[in-house]
Amino acid sequence: MMTVRPAIVALFLGMALVTYLPRMAPLVVLSRLKLPPLLLRWLSFVPVAVLSALLAKELLVNGDHFEVSWSHPHLIAAVPAFVVAARTRSLMGTVLAGIATMALLRLIV
Amino acid sequence: MSAQDPRPVPTTMLDGIRAAAPVMLGYIPIGFAFGVLARAAGLSVAETGLMSLLVYAGSSQFIGAGLLASGVAAPSIIATTFLVNLRHLLMSTALVPSMRHNPAWQNALLAYGITDETFAVNTAVLQGRPASPEFVTGLHVVSQGSWIVASVVGALAGHLVGDTNALGLDFALPAMFVGLLMPNLRGEDSKPRLWAAVLAAALSVAIVVAFPGTSWSIILATVVAATVGVMLA
Repeated sequence: MMTVRPAIVALFLGMALVTYLPRMAPLVVLSRLKLPPLLLRWLSFVPVAVLSALLAKELLVNGDHFEVSWSHPHLIAAVPAFVVAARTRSLMGTVLAGIATMALLRLIV
Repeated sequence: MSAQDPRPVPTTMLDGIRAAAPVMLGYIPIGFAFGVLARAAGLSVAETGLMSLLVYAGSSQFIGAGLLASGVAAPSIIATTFLVNLRHLLMSTALVPSMRHNPAWQNALLAYGITDETFAVNTAVLQGRPASPEFVTGLHVVSQGSWIVASVVGALAGHLVGDTNALGLDFALPAMFVGLLMPNLRGEDSKPRLWAAVLAAALSVAIVVAFPGTSWSIILATVVAATVGVMLA
């Protein structure tokens, strides 16, 4: 249960390195440079694009295929979360609305 | 910039810990599920915790444990991990305007904690304004702490618990993305932001469906959608 195999540690270190480098390099290297205004404008669009791309995959894709159905009700469960997010600024309220709706859908479907 | 939050930028470590609450709510059930899977894939409890400490990237940990269980060699697992996590390159770049004033060593440490979720919370809170290292530290340490603890508990006690999905907890992170996306669609530039969001959503789904198993959908969708957004603005 508490065994730690050297080969596994080596694998994890390799995975850690290739995960850490893309997280670290831009922040450390680009912070030294003066970035052109157009790039800064472009970067200001990255959060909305990343969020939307991640969310769409969660809501519309099951495994490798497009699916919106009662057995994959993620898009439906997101509707109350969207309503709460639009009416309040409460992130926690939005998360709880999403969890509660999903639990309810799994209970009744 | 989107409509700026009228509230001041939170600066203290306690602010960061508070901001981590929704991330924790999502990481605890998913980390637990990872712990269960890691044990089933043949990792020990200690190795499971070590992976969450060192690698700290949800989807690639699931994929890595799965590949390990099916006997795939280490170099292919590492290459897959690299591709799956390459999207953090964009997130790290997008954080530069808010974090460039920090010393390089500080950014090198804080970068360890950049995930989809902490990035989303950071950018929603900061909106391009300067980040306090204390705030980011609080957010990152508590988020990763919950991930490590949950994966160890899952590895230890997974066999005792039934299906956590029945409680809807697996939907915590998608719901958090909903809550973080909405403020982006208000205020100045909201039209081009909305189009960028719609395009990114459509592209990421189309790429996954067209190229099953690809690791490029988020990166490609983001680059194209952000470019179109800038051109529209």
